Amino acid sequence: MDRIAIIGASMTQFGVREGSWICDLLSEAAMGCIDAANVDPQDIDQVYVSNMASGEFEGRTGIMNALVHDIGAIPAYTTRIDQTSASGGAGIYAAWQSIASGHSEMTLLVGGEKMTHTSTSHATDIISTLTHPVEYKHGVTLPSFAGLISQLYLHEYNASRESLAKVAVKNHKNGIDNPHAHFRKAIDIETVLSSPVIADPLRLYDFCPITDGSAALMMCPESTAKEITDDYVVITGIGGATDTHVVHERRDPTTLDAVINSSKKAYHMANKNPDDVDVAELHDMFTILEILQSEDLGFFNKGEGWKAVEEGLTDRDGTIPINTSGGLKSKGHPLGASGVAQVHELYHQLLNTAGKRQVNADVALACNIGGFGNCVITTILESI
Amino acid sequence: MNLDLIVKKCIKGHLCYPTHALCPNCRSIMSEETVNLSQLEGTVITWTTSTVPPPGVRSPNILAIVEYEVGGESVKLIGGIENESVKIGDKVRPVYSSQLRDPDHCQRVMECQKWSGHRFEILDKDN
Ligand SMILES: [Zn+2]
Repeated sequence: MDRIAIIGASMTQFGVREGSWICDLLSEAAMGCIDAANVDPQDIDQVYVSNMASGEFEGRTGIMNALVHDIGAIPAYTTRIDQTSASGGAGIYAAWQSIASGHSEMTLLVGGEKMTHTSTSHATDIISTLTHPVEYKHGVTLPSFAGLISQLYLHEYNASRESLAKVAVKNHKNGIDNPHAHFRKAIDIETVLSSPVIADPLRLYDFCPITDGSAALMMCPESTAKEITDDYVVITGIGGATDTHVVHERRDPTTLDAVINSSKKAYHMANKNPDDVDVAELHDMFTILEILQSEDLGFFNKGEGWKAVEEGLTDRDGTIPINTSGGLKSKGHPLGASGVAQVHELYHQLLNTAGKRQVNADVALACNIGGFGNCVITTILESI
Repeated sequence: MNLDLIVKKCIKGHLCYPTHALCPNCRSIMSEETVNLSQLEGTVITWTTSTVPPPGVRSPNILAIVEYEVGGESVKLIGGIENESVKIGDKVRPVYSSQLRDPDHCQRVMECQKWSGHRFEILDKDN
């Protein structure tokens, strides 16, 4: 089978995009990607739009139809992909399938979310609606899951509270060099540990911000890519998997089984091991999640991810740089855009066009998490 | 009244909370057999204090995951803590609350789910 190539990537400025609504953001990223890939919109066969909640946030539905019209891609087929926080990763999987099935020769994926016009508590409640009724009625939020699991992780593995803070410090440091990031500001461990408690033991700086933004990728068969450009990367492994919807039903709440199972599929397909990965973008919606993923992806042993952070192994100059983009933590987390923006970063890392953030990488991995690990998509990319 | 803490068993005896069409442990169907946890003692596995809860939720909202062992089977539940603080390993028992959050001030439609249920109270050490 022809491998599937990414021939262009773009993202909008992430942040508070006052006056830009969801369709404006999607259109901006899509046009940027069409331009970057140097593709005629009329050559696009399919358009996938990753978005969790435009109806709930903005009262706007059918946004994918608006997009294909705006960017001159009619009659391209389109649909919207909602996989909560992992809508971006799910969009990558759908776009990949569209080409792997032979139904599309050119697929545009655009992920985006418009969130900052609502209050933090309202936005948190919109996201909380993904929980089960036996959780929702107790006022459970995604941040409170993060608090519950962090408390357990620190207790079980005798991990230091500072290691969680160090994830935030590292990702903020990386984000300084990302012109698209929401926050480009250095913080120190003291900044994190003195910020207000949000969900004990986690504090404000353990959480990603609420952000507006969009990102896009252009994908096609490698044979087509070769005719268009020398600068492309290939998706060599991809896998998706689910875990219990109800979080308290998990055998071990500190293990994300969907990360284990989705990455197993992706590693197998790419014929790679965790040791082969040179750079990774992980879903650090909360600091604890980056550590759990680094273990469940096989980079570190269970219960030792926190030590790796303390030893600097995941720093930009470490053995396995994690979140060179700044992660969701400093780049921001416009829900549907995040999984797409992860691969935007890896595309540039593999093409050696990541500027000051550049690391030495031939194999890259993105892990995008929906809910609190309800559904996870792992993607492995390689340079040619 | 504490109907909320009736936990169903699958036909192979696993405790399921909440219930699902098939038992998450063994994929068999639910039986008619139930266990009432209302008077039983559970153990706090982990907890958090949510200080910025969504609309209609008490603040601060102390939440815990509590594990019950009944007849060799275990089941976990989530719920609010009535006391001002809690720690891992604390023994708790359920208490009934007629309204856990205000359905008039949240995203989810009032009629679509139950809003009453349990919270947990820490048992005195000498109890
Ligand atoms: Zn069973």
